[in-house]
Amino acid sequence: MPQTPTQTEAVGDTLVEIRNLQTHFFTHDGVVKAVDGVDLTVRDGRTLCILGESGCGKSIMARSILRIVDAPGRIVGGEIIYQAKDGRTVDLAAARPGSRALREIRGSDIAMIFQEPMTSLGPIQKIGKQITETIHLHRKVTKAEAKEIALDMLDRVGIPDPRRCFDSYPFELSGGMRQRAMIAMALCCQPRLLIADEPTTALDVTTQAQILDLIADLKEEFGMAVMLITHDLGVVAEVAEDVAVMYMGRVVEKGDVYSIFEKPRHPYTQALLKSVPRLGAAQQHRLPTIRGMVPHPLARPSGCSFRTRCDHFMPGICDRREPELLAVDDTQAACFLYEKELAQ
Amino acid sequence: MSDILLSVRNLSLHYPLREGVLKAVDDVSFDVRRGETFGIVGESGSGKTTLGRCIMRILNPTSGEVIYRGDPRGETDLVGLSDSELREIWRQIRMVFQDPQSSLNPRLPVLELIGQALRTSEGLSGKALADRVAQLLKDVGLRPEILHRYPAAFSGGQRQRIGIARALATSPQLVIADEAVSALDVSIQAQILNLLQDLQEQYQLTYIFIAHDLAVVEHICDRVAVMKRGRIVELADKRTLFDNPQHEYTRSLLDAVPIPDPRLRTRGTRQPVA
Repeated sequence: MPQTPTQTEAVGDTLVEIRNLQTHFFTHDGVVKAVDGVDLTVRDGRTLCILGESGCGKSIMARSILRIVDAPGRIVGGEIIYQAKDGRTVDLAAARPGSRALREIRGSDIAMIFQEPMTSLGPIQKIGKQITETIHLHRKVTKAEAKEIALDMLDRVGIPDPRRCFDSYPFELSGGMRQRAMIAMALCCQPRLLIADEPTTALDVTTQAQILDLIADLKEEFGMAVMLITHDLGVVAEVAEDVAVMYMGRVVEKGDVYSIFEKPRHPYTQALLKSVPRLGAAQQHRLPTIRGMVPHPLARPSGCSFRTRCDHFMPGICDRREPELLAVDDTQAACFLYEKELAQ
Repeated sequence: MSDILLSVRNLSLHYPLREGVLKAVDDVSFDVRRGETFGIVGESGSGKTTLGRCIMRILNPTSGEVIYRGDPRGETDLVGLSDSELREIWRQIRMVFQDPQSSLNPRLPVLELIGQALRTSEGLSGKALADRVAQLLKDVGLRPEILHRYPAAFSGGQRQRIGIARALATSPQLVIADEAVSALDVSIQAQILNLLQDLQEQYQLTYIFIAHDLAVVEHICDRVAVMKRGRIVELADKRTLFDNPQHEYTRSLLDAVPIPDPRLRTRGTRQPVA
C-alpha cells in the first residue's frame, strides 16, 4: 500500500533560482519567444522534471542556464541566480559569454547531458581522453590521477570494461554505453546540478530503466540536484520529486510530483495526463485528446496561450491577459479558473 | 472467405556475415485475422521493422511464405511474386512510416503525394483526382484546401495524417504501420491513434502495428507478438499477454516500462514517508 507523502520531507536549499527568464530567437520572420517569463527553483539534492511537448521551450530554458543557446537566440530578460559553493551568488543570465565565472561553473558545478550522446562526445577522440580533459580543466590533478578518476567513473556508470571503454572511440560503443560514457564525463567533476535533456528518449525501455536507475543512484551518492527534461509522463512519475509543466515558453503548472499527477490543476496538465495510454489501464475505446495543436510560435494567441485548445476557455477573460502562477492547494497553476475562484 | 487475411510461414531473412550469419528474421510464423490489429513489439534490433518489410516484399526473405488472402483473384504467396505482380499487391497492402519528415517527398504538393498512386492505378487526373484526394484529406481530418501545399508547411501530426491518407488512397485491405505514432507528441499521438481506429471501423481495415511502446500497443492492438533477435518469443491476445505474460523476456519488457503514476514507482531514491 503506497503511503501518503507529507510535507515533512527535507526541502533542499535553493541552488538555482530562475526569475522571469526570457530567451527569444530573432529570426527573419519575427521574434520567437521560446522562453517567455519562466520562474523556477532548483533545490539542492532534488530531482526537478520539466515536462512538455516539443517546442514548449524546455530545452532552451535548460540551455539558457548554461548559456549555450545558439544564435539567433539570446536571453533578453530575467535572472538565473546560482548559489555558489563559497556562498557567492552569480547571475548566469547576466554573465558575459565565455567569461571566467561562467566557464568555472559550466561542466564543474553544473553539467549537462543530452538525448544524443554525440552532442557532447567528440567523434575523433577516445572516450578516456575526452573525460580526462574535462577533469584537468576543473580539477588540479596529475595525469595518472585523472585517469584513475575517469576509470572509476566509467565503472560507476555501469560500463562493464572501463579500461577498454577508456581506449575506445565513441562510434565503437552501443547507444546505451555511449549514453553512460557521456554521463560519466558529466559527473567526473561531481557537479552540484546535473541537467539531463531527454537522456533516455532514444533508448530502449530496458536500457532506459538502467539509465534512470543510474541517475537516481548517482544523485543519491553525490547529493546532487537533477533537472530532467522530458516529454514522457512515465519517466516523470518514476523519478521526479518536483515537476514543472511548460507550454509555449511558460511554466503553466508546478508542484510536487504527487500533487501534479493526482490533482493537476491546469487544464493542459489535466488533458496531457488523460491522453497517454497506460499499461494495464482498463480498455478505453478512444483516448481523450487535446484538440488542435500547439499554435505556431509566431502566432501566439493573446492572453493565455493554451486558450485555443482549452475546454474551459472563458471569452473576455482568458484572451485579455496572461495568467500568472497562483497557488492552488499544493501546486501552482497559471489559469484564470483559479483566479476567479480566489476572487470569490 | 477465410477470416485469415495473411499467413506468415517460417519466414526468415538471413544475412551472411564474414563470420556466421545474422538472422534478422528467423523462422517466424503467424496469422493475421481480417479486421484485427496485430501488434509486433520488440526493442531496437529485434527485427520487427525488417519483418514488416519482408511481408511487404520491400526486402526479399531468404525463405518462408507470406500467404495473402485479400486478393479477389485468390490466394497468393507474396514471396514468389515478380515486381509487376507486386505492384498490384502494393495497392492492397500499404505502409505508414514512423518519420513523416523523411517519408514524404518534400518537393511534391499534397495532391501529388496522395494522388500519385491513384494516377497510376486508377488513371485518375484533373478534377476527379483532386476530388478524391480532397475526400481522403477530409477522412484523415485535414482541410481539403491544403491540396497544393508542400510537406514543409505542416506539423508532425499533420504530416502523419497525410501519410495515412496516402496509405488509404488505393483502398487497401491491410495497412502495416511501422512506429507510426512514435515520433509524435503525446497529445498528437492520441489524436492519430484515435484516427487509426476510426478509419479501421469505417473501411474494415486490418492493421499490422509495429511499435516499441508497449502502452500504445496495449491500447490499440487485439493480438500481440513479442520479438527478440529475429524470433517471436511470445504471441497471445492482448489481455493474456499483458496480464499474464509467459515468456521471461516479455515480463522484463513490461517491468521496464515507466508507469505514469508516482505512487507505483519502482525505482528512484525517494521513498514516500508517512
